[in-house]
Amino acid sequence: MTTADAAAPAPESSTAAPETTRDLRLESLTKSFGTFVAVRDLDLTVPRGSFFALLGPSGCGKTTTLRMVAGLEQPTQGQIYLGDDEVTDLRPYKRPVNTVFQNYALFPHLTIFDNIAFGLRRRGRKDVDSAVNEMIELVELGSQAHKKPAQLSGGQQQRVALARALINEPEVLLLDEPLGALDLKLRRQMQIELKRIQIEVEETFVHVTHDQEEAMTMADTIAVMNGGVIEQMGPPSELYENPATTFVANFLGQSNLIRGELASGSDGELVVDIHGSKIGVSRERSRVQNGPVWVGVRPEKVYISATGEEESTDANTIVGGTITDTSFIGVSTQYLVRMPWGQELTVFEQNTGARKVFSPGTTVDLHWSRPHTFVLDAEQDATAGVETVDDTP
Amino acid sequence: MSALGQVASEIENEPEPAEVDEPKGGRRYTGYVLIIPGILWLGLFFLIPFYSLVATSLYDPAGTVFSGYEVTWEWSNYTTAITENWQPLLRSFWFGGLATLFCLLLGYPLAYAIAFKAGRWKNLMLVLVIAPFFTSFLIRTISWQLILADNGFVVETLQWLHILGQDGRLLNTPIAVVTGLTYNFLPFMVLPLYASLERIDPRLIEAASDLYASPIRGFAKVTLPLSMPGVVAGTLLTFIPAAGDFINAELLGRPSDSMIGNVIQGYFGGGNNYPDAAALSLVLMALILVMVIFYVRRAGTEDLV
Repeated sequence: MTTADAAAPAPESSTAAPETTRDLRLESLTKSFGTFVAVRDLDLTVPRGSFFALLGPSGCGKTTTLRMVAGLEQPTQGQIYLGDDEVTDLRPYKRPVNTVFQNYALFPHLTIFDNIAFGLRRRGRKDVDSAVNEMIELVELGSQAHKKPAQLSGGQQQRVALARALINEPEVLLLDEPLGALDLKLRRQMQIELKRIQIEVEETFVHVTHDQEEAMTMADTIAVMNGGVIEQMGPPSELYENPATTFVANFLGQSNLIRGELASGSDGELVVDIHGSKIGVSRERSRVQNGPVWVGVRPEKVYISATGEEESTDANTIVGGTITDTSFIGVSTQYLVRMPWGQELTVFEQNTGARKVFSPGTTVDLHWSRPHTFVLDAEQDATAGVETVDDTP
Repeated sequence: MSALGQVASEIENEPEPAEVDEPKGGRRYTGYVLIIPGILWLGLFFLIPFYSLVATSLYDPAGTVFSGYEVTWEWSNYTTAITENWQPLLRSFWFGGLATLFCLLLGYPLAYAIAFKAGRWKNLMLVLVIAPFFTSFLIRTISWQLILADNGFVVETLQWLHILGQDGRLLNTPIAVVTGLTYNFLPFMVLPLYASLERIDPRLIEAASDLYASPIRGFAKVTLPLSMPGVVAGTLLTFIPAAGDFINAELLGRPSDSMIGNVIQGYFGGGNNYPDAAALSLVLMALILVMVIFYVRRAGTEDLV
């Protein structure tokens, strides 16, 4: 197959789509704007049919990567492949790739019907009307077909943007912050909707977002990007439970990172000394094998007991904390616990009623199960990715 | 509904912020106060002269500056004006139309380049577009006499290329008149085109490209339709003054290339034929008005957002 074949993506029937879908592969992809390197030497394979999320703060290079896949940006270096065909230099209108743009970019002078029909008409397809009507039904916009985009609500416009891209049966559908302009409730609905549609059409979706919850809800695989490189890639649960860097630990959810020193190690287990307490961690959950480290644990994995009240040999325990703040959040109670070395740790406890609520001033011990510990390189900035968690639209 | 009507109704539908201030009183009249100077100006310098022009067009043609004029409802002034001058009248629309077409062909790419490709040179290029206005219209037109002169470099180059015969010339030809009109009215085309092109979200063009439209098709299906308000405004702003212009025909053409503006100027100036001049002015005005209404209806800007 040559690149020219990739230029003619139109499958003859809609059922042909999955067979013609191929893996998307990026090889040492680099994009610089002047002296600023937006994407640095990126290698990435997106398996066909997967829902893939590029997650990162603004300016991390995720949108630039997406635009290079769409052909809207020319890479400075590196190659883009669909299956075995290189598409790096293929013009955007010749790529079997479609985009749902941020803020949708619907054509304001065309009706909803004509917007959705745009791609099919440009490729000279014959059965345009029936295909468009079918798609309009799929996204439940039947009564809006002859309106202009400006007459629709944000959620409806979003569905038009999706329909306009999906109707072309692209091998890869690119979604650039597709839900960013919607309010929270609508966003939740659309997340589930998008996931359902992706499973239905069996196409590769590449989704760019800065919203970690959105990425985790929808994607099979998440690549966390920061500063133009991928920090870590994997299924949401793996990224969350076993982050590889402080950035991932902080950007994806919240983490307590405590300074420690790797003290000794047996075969499968390492012991870390944190301010006098001995903490056990399995070797595969430690990213370094000696020297100073960050010991990490997620706030919801920690449970609190009054000093000396509970002792267990299985769990990791640190002692001598003082509750400085107790906030009731409904599903959970959030504690801030000041440790003897001055650091404040965060603890979330589910309001199951089984555990006692501690008021500020109480001295407490903290416990967590050993497999929930992760150990990161102390060279990394413990606050990386922290401030970006709170997304302001 | 026309584009303007749509805008007007949108404004009407806006909740009136003035209501909030209602108790303070007075503010609701601010709008009316603001339009008073404009109304006075229009009354003094448009309505009264317009009335006077209509009256003049109906004078007894036998009158002179010395014997005085009298409104005798001479409708024949109109028929005389038209029958004697239908050629310059047609020529005016022909030259004006050609100049508008050339302005569009030259101005669209220029406005497009300024809007999408100029980057940091955008402001400089816009200044350059309006820079000719710093010199008088007359001076600029006279300098075209030098450019197009028989021994000027343009004619010599064209002769050398055998595009123009050895005794061929440009000055005092219809070509010179249309060239002058095109040059003089180009900024009136470029600025509205730029304004409407600049408003187009570049992502729409990217979206067209993403949806399998080649650059040419993307232009035809997205950029051009979205810039239609600019095309309509630009062609009107160019055609109306160009069709009524007399300077370019006077300075760059022969008497046989005269446009309707020259005839009217001749009647008012040397000829002292005020009634025919007034009648002809009104005919020109009416014809342009009809053409504009027809054009705007056809161009159908109401479909645009």
